[in-house]
Amino acid sequence: MGWTRKDLLTMRELDASEIVTLVDTAQSLEEIATREIKKVPALRGKTIVNLFYENSTRTRTSFEIAGKWLSADVINFSASGSSAAKGESFVDTAKNIEAMSPDVVVVRHSSSGASEILARQMRCSIVNAGDGCHEHPTQALLDLLTIRERKGRFEGLQVAIVGDIAHSRVARSNIHAMRKLGMTVTVAGPPTLIPPFVGELGVKVSHKLEDAIRDVDVIMMLRLQNERMDGGLIPSLREYSRYWGLTLDKLAKHARPDVLIMHPGPVNRGVELSPEVADGPYSVILDQVAKGVAVRMGVLILLAGSKAAAQA
Amino acid sequence: MAKTPPARSREKAQVLDDAALDRALTRIAHEILEKNDGAKDLAFVGLRTRGVTLAQRLSEKIARIDGATLPVGTLDITLYRDDLDLRGAPVIRGTDIPFSIKNKTVVLVDDVLYTGRTIRAALDALIDLGRPRSIQLATLIDRGHRELPIRPDYVGKNLPTSKRESVAVRLKEHDGEDRVVIEEPEDSPKEA
Repeated sequence: MGWTRKDLLTMRELDASEIVTLVDTAQSLEEIATREIKKVPALRGKTIVNLFYENSTRTRTSFEIAGKWLSADVINFSASGSSAAKGESFVDTAKNIEAMSPDVVVVRHSSSGASEILARQMRCSIVNAGDGCHEHPTQALLDLLTIRERKGRFEGLQVAIVGDIAHSRVARSNIHAMRKLGMTVTVAGPPTLIPPFVGELGVKVSHKLEDAIRDVDVIMMLRLQNERMDGGLIPSLREYSRYWGLTLDKLAKHARPDVLIMHPGPVNRGVELSPEVADGPYSVILDQVAKGVAVRMGVLILLAGSKAAAQA
Repeated sequence: MAKTPPARSREKAQVLDDAALDRALTRIAHEILEKNDGAKDLAFVGLRTRGVTLAQRLSEKIARIDGATLPVGTLDITLYRDDLDLRGAPVIRGTDIPFSIKNKTVVLVDDVLYTGRTIRAALDALIDLGRPRSIQLATLIDRGHRELPIRPDYVGKNLPTSKRESVAVRLKEHDGEDRVVIEEPEDSPKEA
């Protein structure tokens, strides 16, 4: 099955075979990171614009490296220090960028749906690199690639996603993808951080960390997003950490010995993860980051390397 | 790399049967050893998919003749194609060369040599992975119509074809039989 879409906006709109195509393509590209000369000519002459309205280290850097390893020209545009700071609207900025004929625009924005607005307005391919509390598809893809490498499959795996589910685009993208791939997902966190109708996504809900992590194959800890908290959602960081922080002790008592610990970063050490867990043997956090480059190369090449995208 | 035949095509003629295919590979294995004064510092790199299978068979034959076990790598040239834009979304299956090609004599193996563009891409891809001492080219079928100055060192069979025909190399590992046939589009008139 080939890839036929112009854009990558959400995991929700993809079917299982499209998700597997993306993961397979990324996996085939992983070896480039091990080469002495980390460059292939696949996207020579293509232009990729990173349009970032929100802070990001991992995602922006990893898109930039991915584009450069594929020989594309990569331009970074961050909202601070640009005309957006002078009051230009989002769509106007995008139209101006489009006038410079990029092939792919990678967009991160604090508003849910921002990438979809661009996809409707622009002829070039759009990649959603995180839109508000909505979706972050490339993060879900790199999580899936990491999981499949360690566990050898998707079907039948049990996953617990723990923490601030309400504000997490990572959780949403992963839930959509994992359900389609036959995985069982439990979301866990204090009631104020669990969206009221999350059950409609086909997940189980737990309000106790110890129950949620029992017998699962993967534990995905989420960052407590201080910048999206209007206050009052949790009594205190200390209390959150006590009930929802993952420690070696809790792992030893309640989790399987072969469990994978994942985290999309950046980690609040001592809040959702104790340092011993973040750096410990169960943790695949840095593996996730390395796979991020392969995933983004895969996405860029499927979008920019195809006739469908060129003609769209 | 063999071109995918048109959706509806019929077999026009058989070029090699299983015995002839095997004899051609045996001869190529001997030629490789003769040209390189033995198997020292030789390595095979096959082009996906059937070139890899042919490279494995050549390596087995050389093991039987000379006793040397030569490594076999897999090369996917999708990232080096000059016609990425002209095709649908690329299907990338990965390169896997688990040995250093530095200072080796690399024998590149493909099933069908046609325009030479695949080999051009393969040469670029190989050289990005290191600096081999030399690169040689083995192909089971050379069907002509070169568009680039590329010439094989070892050929199983030279096969003059017209551009509208296609050559299908069928191997047991993939297709259940060892055979090479010429195919032509079904809508073309039968030759008298």
